[in-house]
Amino acid sequence: MNELQKKALEIRKDVWRMIKNAKTGHTGSDLSCADILVSLYYHVLNVDPKNPKADDRDRYVQSKGHAVEVYWAILADKGFISKEELATYSQYGSRLIGHPNNKVPGVEMNTGSLGHGLAVSVGIALAAKLDQRSYQTYTLLGDGELAEGSVWEGAMAAANYQLDNLTAIIDRNGLQITGKSEEVMRVEPLKEKWEAFGWQVLEVADGNDIESLIRAFETPHEEGKPKMILAHTVKGKGVAFAENVAAWHHKVPTDEQYEEALVSLNQQLEVLEK
Amino acid sequence: MSDKEMNKIANRQVMCEVLTEAGKKSKDLLVLTSDSRGSASLVPFAEALPKQMIEVGIAEQNIVSIAAGLAHSGKRPFVASPAAFLSMRSIEQVKVDVAYSNTNVKLVGISGGVSYGSLGMSHHSLQDIAVTRAIPNLQVLLPADRHETKAMFQALTHSDQPAYIRLGRNPVQDCYSDANYGFEIGKAVTMKEGTDVVLIATGETVRIALDTAENLMKDNISCKVLNIHTIKPIDKEAILSAAKETGLVVSIEEHSIFGGLGGAVAEVLSEVADVIHKIIGIPDEPAVTGTGLEIFTHYGLEPKSFGKIVKEMVAQKHDKTGV
Ligand SMILES: [Mg+2]
Repeated sequence: MNELQKKALEIRKDVWRMIKNAKTGHTGSDLSCADILVSLYYHVLNVDPKNPKADDRDRYVQSKGHAVEVYWAILADKGFISKEELATYSQYGSRLIGHPNNKVPGVEMNTGSLGHGLAVSVGIALAAKLDQRSYQTYTLLGDGELAEGSVWEGAMAAANYQLDNLTAIIDRNGLQITGKSEEVMRVEPLKEKWEAFGWQVLEVADGNDIESLIRAFETPHEEGKPKMILAHTVKGKGVAFAENVAAWHHKVPTDEQYEEALVSLNQQLEVLEK
Repeated sequence: MSDKEMNKIANRQVMCEVLTEAGKKSKDLLVLTSDSRGSASLVPFAEALPKQMIEVGIAEQNIVSIAAGLAHSGKRPFVASPAAFLSMRSIEQVKVDVAYSNTNVKLVGISGGVSYGSLGMSHHSLQDIAVTRAIPNLQVLLPADRHETKAMFQALTHSDQPAYIRLGRNPVQDCYSDANYGFEIGKAVTMKEGTDVVLIATGETVRIALDTAENLMKDNISCKVLNIHTIKPIDKEAILSAAKETGLVVSIEEHSIFGGLGGAVAEVLSEVADVIHKIIGIPDEPAVTGTGLEIFTHYGLEPKSFGKIVKEMVAQKHDKTGV
C-alpha cells in the first residue's frame, strides 16, 4: 500500500510539471482522481502495456475526460507511451491532447464531452456478456457530470442488461468549475438515486485513500447488478493551497506555486520512505 | 409505370431481409432499436435472431453510445431509429463516440425526410444530410429503391466505416430492375444518358428525376440522370463530367435546400466555370403537413412541376449560350 501511495505522489508531481510547462490543464480535477487511477492501473486493471489491445484486457473509459494529465502520466509510467512524450502534452501536433485520445496506446475511447463514458461502457460490458467473455469494464465520472441526462440513460440500461461486469466510479469532490456542485445543480441523494436505478452502491468515505478504494474495487458484484463506487474525494488533493478550491479546477500554477507544490509532495514522499 | 407492377415492398423491409441473412452468418452483427423495431420493419430480424437484437428503449443518445461500445468490442451494430431523432437528438454521440472514436457503427435513420408527413416538423428529418455530412469520418447514404437498398446494405455489412443511412417509410417505385448493377459506396450511378441537362437526385427523388426525364423527351429535351446514392464521400468526378457535358445541373432532394445534396453538388461545381446549377428541395420553413405525396406535390417534388422548372432552365441555358 505504501508503494501505491508513493506512486500517487510521483504521479501528482508529473501532473504539476505537465500543467506548468504546458500552461494549461485541469489541475484540481487530476489531483482529485489521482488515487482512483493509481488504484485501477497499479492494482485492479488487467492491462498490458506491451499488448494494449489484448482481447481479454480490462477496459477503462474515462468519462471525465478533462482530467487527462493524470491519465497521460500514468500511461507513461506504465510504459504505454514513453516518459519523454509527456513533455509534448498539449503541444502543436502532439497526440497527448487535452482529452483522452484513442490514438494513444491504452486509451479505449475518445471522451471530452461529458456524459458519454457510462453509456459507451454499457456497450463494452454488454459485448462481454453477449460473448461470455470475462473482461471487466470500468468508467470514471465526475460529480458535475451527473447533471448530464445521458448519464442516467446509461445508468438505466446498465441495470436493465444486468451488467455485473461493469464498475463505475464517481469522483465526488463536491466542486465543479462554478463552485459547489450542490449549488450548481443538486444531485443528492446520490447513493439512493443509484440504488433506485438498480445499482449496487459502495460509498468510500475517503476517496483519496487507496486502501479503501481497493477494498471497494475488490468487493464482489452483487449478481446481476452494475457496481457504483461513490468516492468522496478532495479536489486539488495533495497540495494545501489547491485543496477544495473550485478555482483550481483548471488553474495553472505560478513558478512559486509550482515550487511550493513540489516541496509539499516531496515532504509527503519522505514521510512514506521512513 | 405502364409496363411494371407497382412495387409494394418498402426499403426498410429489404434492409431487414439483408440484415437477417447476414446476421445468420455472423453473430457479431447486431441490430439496436429504440422502441422502433416495428417502424423499422425489423420484427422478423428480432424473431429470427433474438440474441442479436438489442432493445435500448426510447433513448436515442444512449443507443448511439451503446452501439459505439459494442463496436469497440468487435461487434457490428446497426442502429435503427427515426431519422429525425437519430440525426438531431444523438448527433453529439454520433460525432464523438462513432465518428471521432472511429467505431464501426451503422446509423440507419428510418422514416426519413417527410415520411412522417402529417406528424409535423418534430418528426420530419429535412436537415439530416446537412448535419451528418459535416462530420468527419462519417459516410452518408440514401438508396433510391428496394434494389439499391439491397445492394447498399450488403455492402454495409462488409464495410468497416461509420455511416449514416437514410431510409424512407413507404415503398418507392423501382429505379433498377435488380440489385446486380455494380453498386459501390461512393460511386454515382448514371441512370440515363442525356445532353441538355443533368438531373442529380438521391433517395426517393431519383424516381422523380427518371420520370421527369422520360416526360421531357416529348419536348425534345435530353436529360442525363445521375443518382448520388452516396452523398459522402461524394463522386466528384461523375458530377464534374456530367456538368461539363451538359453545362446545366438541376438537383432535386427531399431535404432542406440548405446543405443537402444541392449544397454538396454546389461545392463540387464551385470549382468549374460556366455551369448553371439550380437546387430544388424543401424551402427554409417548417414543411407543410399531409401525406408524403401531398408534401412532395406542394413543393414541386413531382415530375410535372419539376419538369416545368427543368424546361425553363434548359431554355435559359440556350438563350445564354445561343445554342
Ligand atoms: Mg467535481
